[in-house]
Amino acid sequence: MLGTTVILAFRAINRHKLRSFLTTLGIIIGVAAVVTMVTLGNGATAAVREQISSLGANVLQLRPGQGFGRGGGGPRPPDFKERDLTAIENQLTGVRAVAPVVQSSGTAIYEGNNWSTTVYGTTSTYSEVQQWKIADGRLFLPDEEAAGKPVCIIGNTVRTNLFQGAEPVGKRMRIKGVSCQVVGVLATRGQGGFGDQDDVVVMPIKFVQRRFTGDRDISQIMVAVDDAYDTSTVQTSLEELMRERRKIKAGDQDNFNIFDTKQISDTLTGTTTILTQIVGAVAAISLLVGGIGIMNIMLVSVTERTREIGIRLAIGAVAREVLMQFLVEAIVLSCLGGVIGLALALAASLAIAPLMQVPFLFDIKVNLIAFLFSAAIGVVFGYFPARRAAALNPIDALRHE
Amino acid sequence: MIDPIISMRGVTKVYGEGPTAFQALKGIDLDIAQGDFVAVMGPSGSGKSTTMNILGCLDVPSGGEFLFKGRHVETLDRDQRALLRRRYLGFVFQGFNLLSRTTALENVELPLLYRGEDKKTRYDLGMAALDKVGLKDWWDHTPAELSGGQQQRVAIARAIVTSPDVLLADEPTGNLDSERSVEIMQLLTDLNRNSGITVLMVTHEPDMAAFARTIVHFKDGLVERIEEGMAA
Repeated sequence: MLGTTVILAFRAINRHKLRSFLTTLGIIIGVAAVVTMVTLGNGATAAVREQISSLGANVLQLRPGQGFGRGGGGPRPPDFKERDLTAIENQLTGVRAVAPVVQSSGTAIYEGNNWSTTVYGTTSTYSEVQQWKIADGRLFLPDEEAAGKPVCIIGNTVRTNLFQGAEPVGKRMRIKGVSCQVVGVLATRGQGGFGDQDDVVVMPIKFVQRRFTGDRDISQIMVAVDDAYDTSTVQTSLEELMRERRKIKAGDQDNFNIFDTKQISDTLTGTTTILTQIVGAVAAISLLVGGIGIMNIMLVSVTERTREIGIRLAIGAVAREVLMQFLVEAIVLSCLGGVIGLALALAASLAIAPLMQVPFLFDIKVNLIAFLFSAAIGVVFGYFPARRAAALNPIDALRHE
Repeated sequence: MIDPIISMRGVTKVYGEGPTAFQALKGIDLDIAQGDFVAVMGPSGSGKSTTMNILGCLDVPSGGEFLFKGRHVETLDRDQRALLRRRYLGFVFQGFNLLSRTTALENVELPLLYRGEDKKTRYDLGMAALDKVGLKDWWDHTPAELSGGQQQRVAIARAIVTSPDVLLADEPTGNLDSERSVEIMQLLTDLNRNSGITVLMVTHEPDMAAFARTIVHFKDGLVERIEEGMAA
């Protein structure tokens, strides 16, 4: 009997191709919208997580001042000194690597090309902390670091804009009026949550301190936490150590802040997840509207096909068979809509993901739920018209013009 | 008369209730024998259509008894009557009532689908029925591509594809010219004689009624008289 009704449903749909297509259009758009939004949203979440992990997994960033949005007036809190770095290395447990950072900005010049960029002064341990890879060339040599020699490693954005295809390793460029030799190129890291991470020039910290900042202060200390230790525990002991070193009285606020990349990662991915859910919910409303569209057309269809129903009843169809026919028709329509919608969503996601610079993540669960939901819509919105068809009196139905 | 296939005893039918109630049938007694060819005649409002609806198990009487193959139809529910129609009855209508945009074969196969026959049986029986009405070569044409006479023959093929005991025809020639009408009547006569199908036909054309063995005249909700047709 189910086989029969499925045959009948397909025949009816086949007989009215345009109307069937228009009926199911709402479902197609609804499913496509929901699945595309959720797929792209998941991609965006993954991208954010990826970018943040590129800042370094389990890295604590120690900066002077009270962090985002706080602070306010008063004298600028002092930067860190090299002895702070040594203290962290020697007195703190659970630390994998520590790297100092001094930041400066300036223009790089190579053969008439200018490029404004950020200069990081740091040590080789920085690559360990941040898990930066060298794509080309090498890291600083110990003697280059110790002496603060004019050597640099450049990011990919600087390479493209300054060298424009030329091989940079071994060349000399000028940075803030000082000549330096390019010894390496960093592997591409992409757009991070904090701007283009490839738009950098990395130099030995001693060189930057001597030539650019003019003092021996360290503006930022990066602390990589050993995987075996809990980041928050290390963060607490780091805070205690720094309070002690900076002679902050009990009850006074810190004049430094510790930035936990993992925490930021959680916050940001949480935000994108919520956004994905909201956009998905809006798209789900269009799916509901699509369902109402199916009910609408099915009701019209029942009226229009009253005579057909009369014929079927006269021939000997029982009420249940007529009900099933229209119900199965609605379900087949909505399922077809669901499948077409999923195909559209796949195509749209594949097309849009690269434009949004997010990875395409095919989530079988989302697709399955969307499909089952469209089938459920067929059942819910197909039932009322189907029951109406089945309740028709054969004599009246046959007389219907 | 031996073992009537259809037997009506004091059948009444009332539409509506209270003062507006309309009594369409006022007590019909009618026996129809297996293998008979009955023409039902009468002016409009005489109750012949109501009687045909009850005979076709599409409607139930308000009072009296209606036995179909010994079964009290007045006690059956909607679905039980549907199953009775499916098994024993075939319908031909004035307006042909074929499914549009559906081939002749698919139309003819329809009752077999409800019987749950498999694809091959449906095809074989469907083509055999189309062959009987002389439209085997037209199996893949839709109603829009067929003439009125051809459409009615497809409708007859659909009615006989299940080898029913009784064929009910409601003004089968009403929409056809006289030449096509005669063809249809000859086809019905042929089915009655050679396949043993009991034919009940409503008509208001005496020429068509003349093909029947028995002619039942209705008037004012009662059977006025029963006469023998020319075929008797």
